Amino acid sequence: MPGKLKAKIVAGRHLPVMDRASDLTDAFVEVKFGNTTFKTDVYPKSLNPQWNSEWFKFEVDDEDLQDEPLQITVLDHDTYSANDAIGKVYIDIDPLLSSEAATVISGWFPIYDTIHGIRGEINVLVKVDLFNDLNRFRQSSCGVKFFCTTSIPRCYRAAMVHGFVEELVVNEDPEYQWIDRIRTPRASNEARQRLISLMSGELQRKIGLKVLEMGGNAVVGYLQCFDLEGESGLVVRAIGTACTLEKLSNSSAAAPPACNSPSKDIKEPPFSEDPNPNTHSSGPSTPLKTQTYSFSPSKSYSRQSSSSDTDLSLTPKTGMGSGGSAGKEGGPLKTLLRQQTQSALEQREFPFFTLTSFPPGFLIHVGGVVSARSVKLLDRIHNPDEPETRDAWWEEIRQEIKSHARALGCHAVVGYSESTSICEEVCILSASGTAAVLHPKFMQEGCLDGYSDPSRLEEPSPPSCGFCHIPYDELNIPFPAHLTYCYHCRRQKVPDVLFTTIDMPAEAAVTGKGCLIQARLCRLKKKAQGEVNATAISNLLPFMEYELHTQLMNKLKLRGMNALFGLRIQISVGENMLVGLASATAVYLTALPTPGGIQIAGKTPSDITYEQHISNMQKKINDTIAKNKELYEVNPPEVIEEVIGSPIPEPRQRSRLFRSHSESSDEVSELDLSHGKKDAFVLEIDDTDAVEDIHSLLTDTPAPAGFYSCNTEIMPGIYNWTSGLQMFTSVRVFRLSNANLTNQGLNKIFNDLCENLLKSLYFKLRSMIPCCLCHLNFTVAVPEDELIQVAVTAVAMTFDKDQAQENWKLGADKTHMKAIVENEEQLQFPLELCTESPSTNPFSPCRGTGLQESANAHATPRAASVDYSSFADRWSSWIELIRLKAQTIRRGSIKTTSSLEKASPLPEGRSRSLRSTRSYAGSTVAVVKMTPLSFIPGTRIIKYLGIINMFFIRETTSLREEGGVSGFLHAFIAEVFAMVRAHVAALGGNAVVSYSMKECVFMENPNKNQAQCLINVSGDAVIFMRESELEATPAPPQTSCSGGEVTT
Amino acid sequence: MSMELDVFVGNTMLLDEEVYKLWLDGYTVGDAVRLRLEGGVLQECEASEEVLHSDTMDQFRTFQMCERFLHCPSKLANQLLFQIPPHRQAMLIERYYMFDSGFARELLGKKLSKGTKKDLDDVSAKTGITLKSCRRQFDNFKRVFKAVEELKGPLVENIQHHFLLSDRLARDYAAVVFFANSRFETGKRKLQYLSFQDFAFCARQLISYWTVGSVDSMLEGMDVDLEKEFLHDLKDLKILITDKDMLDQHKSLVCAALRGKIKVFNEMEGNFKNLSRALVNIAVKLTHTKDVRDLFIDLVEKFIEPCRSDRWAVGDIRLFLTHYTSTAHKLDTFRHLVIWDRYMGVVKSCILKMYHD
Repeated sequence: MPGKLKAKIVAGRHLPVMDRASDLTDAFVEVKFGNTTFKTDVYPKSLNPQWNSEWFKFEVDDEDLQDEPLQITVLDHDTYSANDAIGKVYIDIDPLLSSEAATVISGWFPIYDTIHGIRGEINVLVKVDLFNDLNRFRQSSCGVKFFCTTSIPRCYRAAMVHGFVEELVVNEDPEYQWIDRIRTPRASNEARQRLISLMSGELQRKIGLKVLEMGGNAVVGYLQCFDLEGESGLVVRAIGTACTLEKLSNSSAAAPPACNSPSKDIKEPPFSEDPNPNTHSSGPSTPLKTQTYSFSPSKSYSRQSSSSDTDLSLTPKTGMGSGGSAGKEGGPLKTLLRQQTQSALEQREFPFFTLTSFPPGFLIHVGGVVSARSVKLLDRIHNPDEPETRDAWWEEIRQEIKSHARALGCHAVVGYSESTSICEEVCILSASGTAAVLHPKFMQEGCLDGYSDPSRLEEPSPPSCGFCHIPYDELNIPFPAHLTYCYHCRRQKVPDVLFTTIDMPAEAAVTGKGCLIQARLCRLKKKAQGEVNATAISNLLPFMEYELHTQLMNKLKLRGMNALFGLRIQISVGENMLVGLASATAVYLTALPTPGGIQIAGKTPSDITYEQHISNMQKKINDTIAKNKELYEVNPPEVIEEVIGSPIPEPRQRSRLFRSHSESSDEVSELDLSHGKKDAFVLEIDDTDAVEDIHSLLTDTPAPAGFYSCNTEIMPGIYNWTSGLQMFTSVRVFRLSNANLTNQGLNKIFNDLCENLLKSLYFKLRSMIPCCLCHLNFTVAVPEDELIQVAVTAVAMTFDKDQAQENWKLGADKTHMKAIVENEEQLQFPLELCTESPSTNPFSPCRGTGLQESANAHATPRAASVDYSSFADRWSSWIELIRLKAQTIRRGSIKTTSSLEKASPLPEGRSRSLRSTRSYAGSTVAVVKMTPLSFIPGTRIIKYLGIINMFFIRETTSLREEGGVSGFLHAFIAEVFAMVRAHVAALGGNAVVSYSMKECVFMENPNKNQAQCLINVSGDAVIFMRESELEATPAPPQTSCSGGEVTT
Repeated sequence: MSMELDVFVGNTMLLDEEVYKLWLDGYTVGDAVRLRLEGGVLQECEASEEVLHSDTMDQFRTFQMCERFLHCPSKLANQLLFQIPPHRQAMLIERYYMFDSGFARELLGKKLSKGTKKDLDDVSAKTGITLKSCRRQFDNFKRVFKAVEELKGPLVENIQHHFLLSDRLARDYAAVVFFANSRFETGKRKLQYLSFQDFAFCARQLISYWTVGSVDSMLEGMDVDLEKEFLHDLKDLKILITDKDMLDQHKSLVCAALRGKIKVFNEMEGNFKNLSRALVNIAVKLTHTKDVRDLFIDLVEKFIEPCRSDRWAVGDIRLFLTHYTSTAHKLDTFRHLVIWDRYMGVVKSCILKMYHD
């Protein structure tokens, strides 16, 4: 019996009135895990029951511990009829399975009901006693840590990055089971919630097993998604990057956790504490075991494509941006390095990494964006013995990505992600990433004792520009592009523009600030069924990709910038249209050439008014570029330019250019363009479409003064964040009124929808100016025929405007610099990597270590208490204030006795002893910050408590009464936030980082007064401490707290 | 073509105090948008009316969702649905419970019943406050009243603890509760010139000196009710006007003290007996509940109006009442000095507060 789960139900509060007669509730609680259920006593006639139950103990396999959530159901006891359910709480106990994360779950959880939303709260205590499982054939993967964060988590170092892990599980969607016709939607939705919770657990366990196999102990950049395929089922899939992480503190290393040293586990013989080794050694799908839990892999329906299932796989090769001819590859050392990396990567089926930012030195070169899409027909197949078709589909796409990366001369793909868009039986599978060349040292066994590693000595490219240098062969450019010598080191070739899906490397040098740019596009399509529909969609896709790309390129030029980070292209399919949205953060990379402008060319130059029109437009564009340059402070130093690459007109002619490129180096500027001899982007106006395009280019309104926005983790060019933080989610659904829309009309509507949403955000957050909207993550969907849904989750962060310019290197962004230093020294990496900063950096390696260790040493043990007390402190000081006030208002001179003496034994609410028994002094709600970023400015994350991955469904049959669709969704989103915060607080955390809302599926039926919504959110629960608190002397914070109380 | 759905939810509740005010004032979203436009909000931040509308809708919705917590303010600190910084919570509560003094003036002394609530449209029409806002304020009155009417202990403190209000606001509520409980008549035409704050001041005086709790805070008394025993004892003061000698002596003592000090000395001298009778009669009558209700109208009719017609200045009244009260101590046979001081202390400060145009 590898684990004992213990749960205790303490109390409830704010329960709803379930008995109209007495206006009270007779509540009791059912605690269920697996197939075991316990009940508390009924606590009669109270809205604030105190059950104070015994410890309910569940003896379970650790496999079940990983798969199953703890289910807590609060019910109202009814003597004569069936007990009414008040609501439920699902607690994911995974964080308790890793000894480094949380040790106890304790706190108030909102009681949630799919119809009524949050109905009161329940206080629960959960603990797990885990026995060491030394079985080699075990099915569990306890102790493998999961992180949503797409970089190496802040308090760890990567000893090794193993690579890509993926898994998917399928099941039937309870919503579409036959039983759904006789049971209530509520029962159906509860079944769905439970099933998805179970499937997520199973998926995580399976991924964990893969990680253990690879020898890792953690998954970073864990991305889990649901595909609600409707009739054909439910797919839960996840990808991530397996790593071996080591905690950045000596204290934790001292006690290696029992179930947390995978390598050790594997070496141990498969016996000892396990009383029943057979169950374990019998392999993955022992029938014996599958019976113990309801949704085992073997029970789930696997599917395959039928013979009629057409593979309409479409593979627009979109190696975007970059390109050109290459200079000399940096000598034999570099070749060696390349070979090493190659060999390290070739062991892996897919050299993919879901990380978007990397330890210094890991990312060597970036090739460009690679993406692949494929249109599939969903089909329900009832043959569970057939291999999983979903797996095969993704496999195909990944192969394609891999080959695209190869074509760019890269052996790895970073910033990798996968997504789907489903409409009826058509499904678009998409994957994208950034082709890159990586340093092998993180990927080889024993790399850390690799001081002898020659690769350490050769790192020819200066860090601030190295990643821009082209990885591909100059003579084998996969696409047309101009190459120049790097504007930073002048030694290597760089492309004219660079598109990537990753965050900007910390060491990259930029000019000015970055900004969010979006390409938006709608395309109508005819309603169709089955294959015809799929064909129509796959025919449209390349055009959409092309147009989105063109828009991005135009908008980039219009801002006078030359690189895109965090590029995310989403194409959503609806019944009668496709919607495409590309978002990215544009910057001016100092190492890349100054972009040319945009040149407009007319088709019929004879017409004078037309000419005039064109020149007007040209002027407007030039003005906009100039204005943007000023706005984003893009004023690169003037440099003498040498163009070496040449535009390659057609890929077909590539072979000819092999010879000609050396001579043709100077014949680039044949066109006399207004932007000097740099190549200008030529826009031909030959039809109304193009005019529209240009119009839309110019109608993009810049953010109001004081606002910046980006969709990456941090804004390039802003380094001094202050503590203001506001995470938000905004959802809009737009109804198109008639079917007679043209593509242009649709585009304009969609464009306005996005623009207005941004404007609204700016307006709402105006009190935070100067501030930056970071990680602006747009999601589009076409939920119904005439609806377009846009959802945004982002964080607004304030920054110090005055220091925005130069002095950031002097430690304005301490977190940032520290992180680099930490990583460096922990990685035993040469400091030269950070060549620009060592002199200005206040933390020399050895000092840094000392400081950091000591900080960690005294921070870790008292972390939780510190934070709570400080929160509680703010509260109690406020309460104290009120109390003091209350005391000073003692009226009249007649009274002299202190109010405390007046305490009477009357029940709460009726006596003046009320104050002393008031609940608010004791049970204040801890503040939990949420952010989609992996950090919180001005703080340090001292502990990761585990992954938060929650799925909720909310339904209503009284839509109008709840304030219509907006009222319904508003309440639901607020409830989801509340539940996330409650779970984090119960784990002892005070923030969620890398938060994202991965799914928000909204359906309505206004005629029936009904609506339903599904939301899936995830993130990492953490404990953070303010830098100021960390740097202060380790005096017990309680002292200062009480001091604060006295003074208030 | 329309926006079907439009929501914005922040992890920390985002609210604009100005919009909160508009919501509390009972404006519709449309009116609120118009008022914000007129208020020039767009000048500080470039945005369209559409944006403003969406923002207003969002915030109104948030406030509406918050409202049930505001009904029980201690819940606001405990609820998990919205993350609101403490100072914001305090602001939300304080503003929610704040009331228009014009509205409160109308309701003062009325029974907080369904019938009164039905007549709120008249109040709304009269005060120019939206009906929605009137209803909220009425419900607040009623809620506070219900919560504290049976409670023992100091009224202001009870209100403050239950509703987490500021000192000032809690005192005002105490006045409202006190008036509603004792049902003082405030609606007569002659009392129209008095503001809510005038009455609130008087209520504080009454609560402080005439209730059970005012004598001994150790007593399990209630602040909302006047002390029966005290009211009963007031009968004893009758001797001041029934005993001819005492009345004359009182008059001469007062005249001696005031001679040359007040402008209206002659009028005072001529009217002394009437004034004294008026004040003492009011005291004597207070044993009957009905007459308690008429306390303010009596003060105005019997004392303030006569003085006003003789053009007494406030200073004159102050001097008169001061000496009228203190000289009673020199009366040889007058033994009810404690009661007298307790009565006159309140009456004096009430009259002084009420003596204006």
